[in-house]
Amino acid sequence: MTATEIAPAPRRIRPEISPPTLLRASATIVWRNLVHIRRMPEMLLDVTVQSVMFVLLFAYVFGGAIAVAGTDYKEFLLPGIMVQTMVFSAAIVAMGLTSDLQKGIVDRFKSLPIPRSAVLVGRSISSLIHSSIGVAVMAVTGLLIGWRMRNGLLDAALAFLLLLLFGFAVIWLGIWVGSLMRTVEAVQGFMFTVMFPLTFVANTFAPPESMPSWLRAIAEWNPVSAVTQACRELWGNGLPASADAAWPLQHPVLMSIAWSLVLTAVFAPLAVSAFRRRSRD
Amino acid sequence: MTVAPAVEAVELAKHFGANRAVDGVSFVVPSGTVLGLLGPNGAGKTTLVRMLTTLSVPTSGTGRVAGFDIREQPNDVRRSMGLTGQAATVDEILTGRENLKLIGGLYGLSRKYVRETTEYLFDRFDLTAAADRAAKTYSGGMRRRLDLAVSLLAAPPILFLDEPTTGLDPHSRSGLWEVLRDLVREGTTLVLTTQYLEEADHLADEIVVVDKGRVIAAGTPTQLKDRAGQASVVVTLTSAADLDDAAELMRSQSPEVHVEPGSRRLTAKADGLGDMTRIAAVFESSGIAIDDLGLARPSLDDVFLHLTGHRAEVLPGADPTTQGVPQ
Repeated sequence: MTATEIAPAPRRIRPEISPPTLLRASATIVWRNLVHIRRMPEMLLDVTVQSVMFVLLFAYVFGGAIAVAGTDYKEFLLPGIMVQTMVFSAAIVAMGLTSDLQKGIVDRFKSLPIPRSAVLVGRSISSLIHSSIGVAVMAVTGLLIGWRMRNGLLDAALAFLLLLLFGFAVIWLGIWVGSLMRTVEAVQGFMFTVMFPLTFVANTFAPPESMPSWLRAIAEWNPVSAVTQACRELWGNGLPASADAAWPLQHPVLMSIAWSLVLTAVFAPLAVSAFRRRSRD
Repeated sequence: MTVAPAVEAVELAKHFGANRAVDGVSFVVPSGTVLGLLGPNGAGKTTLVRMLTTLSVPTSGTGRVAGFDIREQPNDVRRSMGLTGQAATVDEILTGRENLKLIGGLYGLSRKYVRETTEYLFDRFDLTAAADRAAKTYSGGMRRRLDLAVSLLAAPPILFLDEPTTGLDPHSRSGLWEVLRDLVREGTTLVLTTQYLEEADHLADEIVVVDKGRVIAAGTPTQLKDRAGQASVVVTLTSAADLDDAAELMRSQSPEVHVEPGSRRLTAKADGLGDMTRIAAVFESSGIAIDDLGLARPSLDDVFLHLTGHRAEVLPGADPTTQGVPQ
């Protein structure tokens, strides 16, 4: 018994429904999220105006007070603040997902014949685009105030790729939190409480050498530090990590890739199962 | 040839911990008919719809939509039905037109089809003027109509509507009823949930009354009304002066006659149309002038009270005298 035998012919003829591939469904959802950004440019304030503002504030307010071996503070700052921007993708993805769950949009998507993972993939890609805009704005601001990429095109591109890879890894954390929490406000509160220590207890804004030894250990093993150190070395912003720094900072590129894989391996299953659980009821 | 039903629930159950939101519900919806799931808030109606539309996985039991099993063939189910959820789930930031483009893309429909169908649906639902405005600027009624247009984009043979008119003003509500009746005329099968008796009475061929996760009654609106008690013949006289004569006349036909003192109205218990025509004939030959004579069945509200022990919701803005509101 097929569906066509069941329904008496409606006046309108049923169209050909060709259930979309994961790629097409995700692309459609990305399109929708980008229309949101176009309609509400204020959604981009965090990665445009604020990016410029933070670069300038740190460079000129703290810049004079923080001494960095072997380089100017602006050179030291840019890689760190760009990594921080990528880490905040997790918060963006979490807030977007919770909002869609809350408003029933996810239910609407789930009632359609699409791969369910398209909801997450679409959300993740648009958040990465969002954060990448922030990184681009920071790079331009940096170039204007004297930051440079000194090691050639290939290394420069590799650093940006590492940033994206790390962004992709932390997004799973965002999906996990977004699936567990009920309101956008709760997500916002939680994510900012986690993200600020995560991005400050690191080598992002100040050298860890000056921290108390227990804090320095945490900072140097923080995945954020490995990625920051990798970008600094690939862009030629300052010296390699000091000889007594922890192992990850001695091998920052390798560790950036390793941390990204580890974070994905830990948070992706948690995220997917939390999203599934949320979607079963 | 036996025709498979459009929608079928087979001992469907959903438990959230100790809470049995739906506790073994079965029903069958023949193709091209309208089923009304009627029940108070928290009766389990939404959970039922969520299970049948594959949004929620049943704890036990199963269901079939267009012949496809909701557990085994969820993607075939999703291809065969449309869903209009309780909160109008349109994207508020997109325009009306973009909302249809979004869903068209997710169905994998051709751009040409989406464009043409959008024109057709917007024209039909009176949304053409607002097509390029963000949906957040729409009124409640427009939002529902947009939600419905989105659900109808792929012309599904089966449509689920979860409380489609909750929160609408009476004008928008009757507009939506009109649209739904058109769909039924075209052959669409509807499953709708409602807390409103009037809505179920207006739209549904068959009503399933749900309370506390269980089916407590099922049947056509007329069958359900018959269950609540006897019908009666109501006579309105032209002049109150004839009240005593009329009462005597009616007592000769019915054992139980009720006279409303100071009014022109008499009521007599009756078994049905036969009693009514008999009483009409007696008045005809007696020469007592009457304004009106009719058969009154108990309202669905009486049914609801009878079955659940509590009154159903009253449509906001409805005339309370036609709703049997407790005095």
